Amino acid sequence: MTTSSSLSRRSVLAGAATSGSLLMAGSGAEAQPAKPAELKIGITTFLSGPASVFGVPAKQAAEMLTDQINAAGGIGGVPIRPIFVDEGPGTEHLVGEFRRLVQSEGVHVVFASISSGSCLACTPLSDELRKTTVLWDCGTQRIFEEGNHPFAFRTQGYGTPEVLAPLLYLLKHKPDFRSIAVINQDYAWGRDSWELWKAGMDAMKPGVRVVAELFPRFNSTDFSTEITRLLALRPDVILSTSWGGELVTLVRQASERRLMERSLMVLPVAEASMPSLGRNMPAGHIIGSRGDHWINHPRPRDKASLDRFTAAYQARFNQPSIYPCHHMAQALSALQAAYNKAIAAKGGGWPNDQELAAAFRGLTFDTPTATITIREDGQGLEDQIVGLSSFSSAYPYAVPEKMMLYPAAGISAPVGQKSVDWLKTLRAGMENTAGSAI
Amino acid sequence: MYGWFEENGLLLGLALLDGLAYAALVFMVAVGLNLVFGVLRVLNVAHGSLYAIGAYTAASLGLFLSARGLPEWASLAVLVVAAALVGGILGPLIERLLLRRIYAQEPVLQLLVTFALFMILEDAQKLIWGTQPVQNDAAMRLLGNFDVPFAGDFIPFTAYQLFVLPGVAVATLVGLAWFLRRTLTGRVIVAVTTDREAATAMGIDASRIYLLTFTFGAVLAALGGALSSPTASLVPGVGAQTIVLSFAVVATAGLGQIEGAALTALMIGLSRSIAVYFMPEAEVLTPYLIMVAVLLIRPQGLFGAAETRRV
Amino acid sequence: MRRTETILAIGGAALLVLLAFLAPWLRFVLTIALAKGIAVLGILLLLRAGQVSFGHALYLAFGAYVVAFLAPSSPEALILMPVAMLLSGALGLVVGLFVSRYREIFFGMLNLAISMVFYSLLEKLYHYTKGTDGIRVGVPRFLGMVLERDDFEWAMFATALLLALAIGFFVRLYLASPMGQALSAIKTRETRLEFMGLPARGVLLSAYVLSTLMGGLAGAIIALTTRHVTPLLGYWTVSGELVFIAILGGAGAALGPFLGAVTFELVRVYAAASFADAWQAILGLVLMGVILFFSRGLWGMVESLARKRA
Repeated sequence: MTTSSSLSRRSVLAGAATSGSLLMAGSGAEAQPAKPAELKIGITTFLSGPASVFGVPAKQAAEMLTDQINAAGGIGGVPIRPIFVDEGPGTEHLVGEFRRLVQSEGVHVVFASISSGSCLACTPLSDELRKTTVLWDCGTQRIFEEGNHPFAFRTQGYGTPEVLAPLLYLLKHKPDFRSIAVINQDYAWGRDSWELWKAGMDAMKPGVRVVAELFPRFNSTDFSTEITRLLALRPDVILSTSWGGELVTLVRQASERRLMERSLMVLPVAEASMPSLGRNMPAGHIIGSRGDHWINHPRPRDKASLDRFTAAYQARFNQPSIYPCHHMAQALSALQAAYNKAIAAKGGGWPNDQELAAAFRGLTFDTPTATITIREDGQGLEDQIVGLSSFSSAYPYAVPEKMMLYPAAGISAPVGQKSVDWLKTLRAGMENTAGSAI
Repeated sequence: MYGWFEENGLLLGLALLDGLAYAALVFMVAVGLNLVFGVLRVLNVAHGSLYAIGAYTAASLGLFLSARGLPEWASLAVLVVAAALVGGILGPLIERLLLRRIYAQEPVLQLLVTFALFMILEDAQKLIWGTQPVQNDAAMRLLGNFDVPFAGDFIPFTAYQLFVLPGVAVATLVGLAWFLRRTLTGRVIVAVTTDREAATAMGIDASRIYLLTFTFGAVLAALGGALSSPTASLVPGVGAQTIVLSFAVVATAGLGQIEGAALTALMIGLSRSIAVYFMPEAEVLTPYLIMVAVLLIRPQGLFGAAETRRV
Repeated sequence: MRRTETILAIGGAALLVLLAFLAPWLRFVLTIALAKGIAVLGILLLLRAGQVSFGHALYLAFGAYVVAFLAPSSPEALILMPVAMLLSGALGLVVGLFVSRYREIFFGMLNLAISMVFYSLLEKLYHYTKGTDGIRVGVPRFLGMVLERDDFEWAMFATALLLALAIGFFVRLYLASPMGQALSAIKTRETRLEFMGLPARGVLLSAYVLSTLMGGLAGAIIALTTRHVTPLLGYWTVSGELVFIAILGGAGAALGPFLGAVTFELVRVYAAASFADAWQAILGLVLMGVILFFSRGLWGMVESLARKRA
């Protein structure tokens, strides 16, 4: 009897024995910390499922940058170590993993999430566990508009500017359009981005006829029925905020059936799919990149640094560095800047969690293309560049031309206002003032 | 110019064309699953993985060969070759090394073994093909477009979707029906499907029939995937969606019934595209609603015969 | 063997408390494991009748969403849990009246279809359910007390543990009762059952409703523990996971589901920690190994060890 019960106990503990550190309780975070042997960063990203088209490149970027930072002496003299967690299995698993990262691995900071659902679940945990959390890629406007999160910071733009910039570009590029159709993925981003777009469009150009609102199932692989319907409807403009494999499929099927000759397409998340599409992407459509980090940015803040990053990534992984790689780089750049600021404020001492969070608020940090400032509500201000798809001999895939740069402050909802309410206050003419050609 | 009724009638016509192509793909996957289930009585979750691997292999084989000077016209043949390779290699391997060990087990254990295999193959696909979308639409571009007149306008359809997909599906259906009814091996398969105990009692070599049927089912799954690859880009997770849909088809069709699978696939394909035109919100629900409705009226599926109950 | 099971159950419960004490984050994982164990007990009842539901994630998700929708208006954990359980049972009765007419693959696939309809609705009705973003659940009161996060997590862990013991005990009684015996008869010789004047459909229906009560309760515990509810909880792979756990733990005894659930969650967490890219394959290998070599699951291993000693 005793053996059998001890065996069951052993089987329960079998996993625990393989990794002793997992059983250790989290350290007291509130005490004055000594300089750690390494700076641990918990990173949640998609390593499985369709969104791993973003998650895996971002992970690779994190590994590459970690090596570079450590080779240069780490952060404040401390080497950094990323610990990756898969977002793929769902929120229920992820919130458990978030706890494990903080309470068992003892990470110093968490980089949370590509998916909006993951971010919405992780941000309140950052409040409860008092752990600085960098929202490194998710775009939902709900995070900072529906609550205060003292330990959460977003080091890139978010849904509102990412949708508004292409809308402004459209208003300037094709001011006479009269009808529009939307074909978005049926999940939060697809729905939210259309709501944001429609609020802004109805305010700045009332009377546009919406001829079809299509929300095909998330992860669809066949859009032929939707395309037939769009071909029959002949809208002037088709908006799609789809991304990844779905956008690739949509564009291939649409261009093959000459839909893109009938209607102008607006694709705010196009950048990451351009390398996959190659020459299949027709020229002359409006493309965005969730930021300003186009590989052919005509005047980046630090051209050498941008070229170094894209070349090193291409050389090591044999892929172009798509926007999630830049968002990861921004998060790491912000972390370096925040630690340097906090260490300086403490006269060289190592900051605790509160001091680190305090350093993030109002922080300004460099990216290869610009500088980003984190507002008092935690939202980062990242500029947006939108242009028309075009081809040159420099790249085997479409990059933008006739680019417009939209500074973030002018196209983000002010602190304390909800995006949809703010978008409704916009007026015609903004398309001429908000951005400038570069 | 056109009244509501005429316009919607025309739209319905377009929806039929779209639905056919989709139904053809659904049929290709589901018929293999149904055949395997009919004979082996194993509901093979890994069928979805075979579909995905078939699609990935077809796309990368096509890209590999055309980079080495394969003429354009051969891209259609590559699809078939890739499917034969995947099904012909993986099928026998899975049947011999794995399924063979569990025929004596309870059905739920058999199903879970294939579920486990599905989980392993999902990660294996990521290791081999990575997570970036893989695409090769040479076969689709090869045949160009076909313009369908519509209300004084025209709608371009790809010839691949309009002719190749339904064509292959119909050929598969006819070929299968001929094979199962007219050849000796085919009749043996039907005999095993209808009454396994009686068939084996009559001295049929069940082991050979199992291997043959499973391999055949695997080739059909891979072919379904290969045929979908010119129009879809491939990302992790395609197998999981395909398999739930195929399950719905199998249960609706009746076990082992190929005509049932064809009719169900047609119903799902058409109702889905009609939903996209007239009620987009209901699109994802259609396969499941059809299944529930059919089973309410015919508890053994469309073409399933009522099994005699054991006493 | 019955005494072994009781001793093991008490010993196991003590061990879980110890683990939860040593590692705070494990307390969270173990609470989820206990909740899933409760849901798997329901699967176990159906397995006794030879029926496999590939759609019980429906009740998990339903229970969780009941909590998510009601938590703002009645933030009391000890009210939310029974309400979620009863509403889930009511849904189970309606669905059960329909599916209890079917057997084997049709039973499994109908459950799958209905759960996928519910899953699609959760995603589609964006304005009510927030789609895939999901709904956040605040920290509710417990017995009228406003608890700190840490204390609330302890309270949920203790509740899950007590409920697991109580429901496990109930299931053991049920399986030994005439109703439980009749359930096994559905698997072997259903027609004989009817000759004896017992309506097979009624027997299966009552087991089905019980399983949906457990599923709803498990969903409520999960919602109150993760405190964020998404449609993914209702996807077919979660249903598959529940069946997976039932087989892993072994369908022979009421302790099996908990052995299975704790092992499953720990393997998943450790596999995810060590091989973030391939945890799914590792789970698949574990499952395959168990079925091929120990088809009676972990409980079967315990049994044969105990027999050897005896």
